[in-house]
Amino acid sequence: MHERTSDEWLTALRGTPDDQALLDLRTRLVRGLRFALADRLGADPEAVLEDFAQESLLKILRSLDSFRGESQFTTWAQKIAVRVALTELRRRRWQDVSLEDLQPPGMETEPIELPDPAPLPEQQVARSTLMIMVQRLMREELTDRQRQAMQAVMINGMPLEEVARRLGTNRNALYKLLHDARQRLHKGLAAQGLSVAELLAAFNG
Amino acid sequence: MFLKLDTLKKMIHGIGSTRPDEIGCDECFEQLDRFAELVLAGKSAAEAMPLVQDHLDRCGDCREEFEALLRALRANSTGAP
Repeated sequence: MHERTSDEWLTALRGTPDDQALLDLRTRLVRGLRFALADRLGADPEAVLEDFAQESLLKILRSLDSFRGESQFTTWAQKIAVRVALTELRRRRWQDVSLEDLQPPGMETEPIELPDPAPLPEQQVARSTLMIMVQRLMREELTDRQRQAMQAVMINGMPLEEVARRLGTNRNALYKLLHDARQRLHKGLAAQGLSVAELLAAFNG
Repeated sequence: MFLKLDTLKKMIHGIGSTRPDEIGCDECFEQLDRFAELVLAGKSAAEAMPLVQDHLDRCGDCREEFEALLRALRANSTGAP
């Protein structure tokens, strides 16, 4: 098959898209997604792939003007398809989980158990103390929203995208919120006279 | 549910390495196609685009998309049409 240049792709897809170009692009997207997401597509992977490819094509056609030519056109298009597919897969995976379900009670009030046996009792004590201190900082330094987001993302492993949807924001804004939360905790640790290096050394000891 | 030691370590590392010039998910996504091509070309993408690398190290969503993109591109770089 003739490999189109990026300019040829753009020409073929602008306005009324060329049928062959659409078909070729769809074939590429499906092959890429099939390979990238093989183990996550469920019982009827081909149907799911067709849906993802269709949605991706529409998005790509709508976004042609934002292609800046910093990569091959097909790389850029595949990037959009991957985002479309993973956004949907995450939504399905987490659809029955609410942020309230995720609230880990141990973070708030209960003492922490150490899952791994620390080699020496002093280290056990040091670790417990530090864990409690970090939890206190999270309680005192963060807004409810920051704490809720940090718990969901960092402790429960929920995707940013899903947390953002539940908080009525978007992923980019949520990343910034988490960044601000990290900065606050960093300052809080410093105010306690604790360096991160010391903390990590205590946990690695 | 209790906080796991591993999770706490990751959190502390994330907190400690916070930097003022981090980019967000949108900016990362904008540059991800170029970054992926550098990686596939065997070039040092992390050196060329350190803020993208930093974001990928921190953001699980973007990292997942980046890894899937690499696999998708590899699938299309070998073999037929």
